[in-house]
Amino acid sequence: MARVVVDVMLKSEILDPQGEAVLGALPRLGVTEVASVRIGKRVEIEFDENAQNVEEQSRVIADQLLANPVIESFAISIEAA
Amino acid sequence: MSQYVAVDTVGVATATPDEKQPWAELGLKEDEYQRIREILGRRPTQSELAMYSIMWSEHCSYKSSKVHLRQFGEKNPRTPRLLAGIGENAGVVAIDENIAVTFKVESHNHPSYVEPKQGAATGVGGIIRDIIAMGARPIAVMDSLRFGAIDHPDTARVLPGVVDGIGHYGNCVGLPNIGGETYFDPCYQGNPLVNALSVGVMPRSRLQSMQASGTGNIVILLGAKTGRDGIGGVSVLASATFSETGEDDARPSVQVGDPFTEKLLIEVCLELFDAQLVVGVQDLGGAGLTCALSETAAAGDGGMHVDLELVPLRAKGMEPHDILASESQERMLLIVDPAKAEEVLARAHRWGLLATAIGTVTDSGRLVVDFHGQTVVDVPPKSLADEGPVYHRPIAEPNDLGLIAVDRAETLPRPSTDEEIRQTVLDMAASPNLCDKSWITEQYDSSVFGNTVLGAPHDAGVVRLDERTGVGIAISLDGNGRFARLDPYHGAQLALAEAYRNVAVTGATPIAVSDCLNFGSPEDPHVMWQFERAVTGIADGCQKLGIPVTGGNVSFYNQTGREAIHPTPVIGVLGVIDDVARRIPLGLGRTGDTIALIGTTSEELSGSEWASVAHGHLGGVPPKVDLDHEMKLADLLSRLAETEQLAAAHDLSEGGLAQALVEAISHSGMGAQILLPEGADPFTYLFSESSGRVLVVIPRGQELAVRTACESRGLPITPLGVADANTNGLHLRDHFDITREDIDAAWKGRIGARLGE
Repeated sequence: MARVVVDVMLKSEILDPQGEAVLGALPRLGVTEVASVRIGKRVEIEFDENAQNVEEQSRVIADQLLANPVIESFAISIEAA
Repeated sequence: MSQYVAVDTVGVATATPDEKQPWAELGLKEDEYQRIREILGRRPTQSELAMYSIMWSEHCSYKSSKVHLRQFGEKNPRTPRLLAGIGENAGVVAIDENIAVTFKVESHNHPSYVEPKQGAATGVGGIIRDIIAMGARPIAVMDSLRFGAIDHPDTARVLPGVVDGIGHYGNCVGLPNIGGETYFDPCYQGNPLVNALSVGVMPRSRLQSMQASGTGNIVILLGAKTGRDGIGGVSVLASATFSETGEDDARPSVQVGDPFTEKLLIEVCLELFDAQLVVGVQDLGGAGLTCALSETAAAGDGGMHVDLELVPLRAKGMEPHDILASESQERMLLIVDPAKAEEVLARAHRWGLLATAIGTVTDSGRLVVDFHGQTVVDVPPKSLADEGPVYHRPIAEPNDLGLIAVDRAETLPRPSTDEEIRQTVLDMAASPNLCDKSWITEQYDSSVFGNTVLGAPHDAGVVRLDERTGVGIAISLDGNGRFARLDPYHGAQLALAEAYRNVAVTGATPIAVSDCLNFGSPEDPHVMWQFERAVTGIADGCQKLGIPVTGGNVSFYNQTGREAIHPTPVIGVLGVIDDVARRIPLGLGRTGDTIALIGTTSEELSGSEWASVAHGHLGGVPPKVDLDHEMKLADLLSRLAETEQLAAAHDLSEGGLAQALVEAISHSGMGAQILLPEGADPFTYLFSESSGRVLVVIPRGQELAVRTACESRGLPITPLGVADANTNGLHLRDHFDITREDIDAAWKGRIGARLGE
């Protein structure tokens, strides 16, 4: 069974209001040495045991559904069973 | 490593006059580039070139539209209500001796096609900042949307994204969405229209100016950090050093908005205005710092010195032209007395907003920008802001005009039997342009603040301004691309008349106009002809109606390949109502109330929704406009609202009487018994789109008074029937019945179903 992890992140130059909000909140915790926070999402996909072309299918899923390629990039990592 | 070794300074530019510059790639024409060289007496630096290319673009300079837009100024009726007009960030009109209102509609079409959610969201954010810049508290938003065919796969991408973006931004910033319109037409397939309107209210004394006056005053940048947002256009200026970093996504053309920062901007700005800490203010919109610096400097004493390295940056390695061109959202520029600068900075920081002094106002007559001590810009600011190129583009009447005019929809085959007409009522109600839009509008918060009196699906949004007096405003946003395609002059006036009537139908008195003019390429003489005709139509119409155009925006190049969109002037009309408790709602009143039609129904089917839905036809001559009649109608409605002699009213527009009845029945929960006037052709009476008509519901006992009020103004009124809670749906005597269930089944739930949701 192949397990695929897709990480979706906003492209580096795109404003991440959520990350900025977290960054802004850190001093209240006494954490003052953080320069930047970027927030993305991690998606775990488990394919059927006999699934073929797992990487290709993952790419389709990530490109067409999980990420918005206009403003986000994604990375796929496949973990063997 | 130093980031600024390769900076193109004024000194370098003077020393290297023959250096090749990418002016063409930046969209400048050769003669425009030569003019820049003449103005400066040398070649421009990269930063200057970027600034000129932005400020002299169609979007910022209005170079193709300027000569036509002058008509608004020339023909605008004089009114003491107008406190600020065209040329300001937004028009301001007085409501009474204390309160003023500012409103404006603006397009964000192209960004909404590239990235629908963020494009539409930042469109809303941009128009809200225009309202803040006038000194007002934004109190509501509205939107006019046009998409391609509803069943085209790309519409399923664009529409939900746009609606999500508008809802996300408006809801988060905490502004009610009080209505608007949504239409579908294949001509908008590769070019959706997203026109956003915002309205704000202020004490008249708080009106702000964009002037950077007072030598020695401090220039403060307030709000978000500056990143590489929306600088795709100037990326040809990227120096080799930067490209070598190899970041593939380093030049995004998409800007992401942050409504929570915008909310802080509203609060900080209003606090600073109230404390009279600000001399001048300008929002940062399409052209970022470039536009804000040159416009405030040009409007003020004419000089400014800026140290660009002081601008807080979000991205590493930004060059001066990047910083100047960045379209990062949620930023404002303030001009502040040096004695008050410290307090301004402190108050901003208290709200958690960045505020940075980046320069000073000078009397040098030059806008000088230094970057780490090296001068990268030294230009006369007026040459950027006010003295851009002006074009008299060629104008040519389209060749197909005569052919289109004779291809009349009145000659198309029509339903003839009662059963066919009944089915047509239902088919029309189910069609994309007429069906229930609540799938869209229910994603918006329409009632935050608790001042929304009427929102979607009413003809106009109505908002209370003052709890004590009940004074309020009504706004409607309307356009009709099909009518304008058939005849841009009258099509634009039909849109104006409809928006005017929609405001009047609530009982409000129309007082001002804002317009968003969406057209194809100005380099196409046929498009320019459409534009000239539409502008003339609006200017003439507003002169006639006695309400001034207070501002708006022009969006050209709305086309896919050589195919332009229908010319689509979208008109926002603002009205005032003395007491919102007396507004007239949509509906059918109570059992026994009389349903009547004010206005005249002629056989006018060209450009109609029926011609489009039943035949996919667009041809002929659009319905007649009678602005005298509209003025009488508005006067009548405001009078009847005051005396509370109407239970409900509804404007007749797309889909005619049939659709107005469908909406009134569905909205009210009542039934209607209708008897068409003797001799009337049922099909024409139900589906004609003759202008200047309103369906009214008259409470029992008021029939004579209303009839007299109509007759004294020369307005024809025709009783059509009664409202009846015991009638299920529509009973059209001698013809057919349609139950409420059938109406709902046809009208409701269509948008979601067609989008596959």
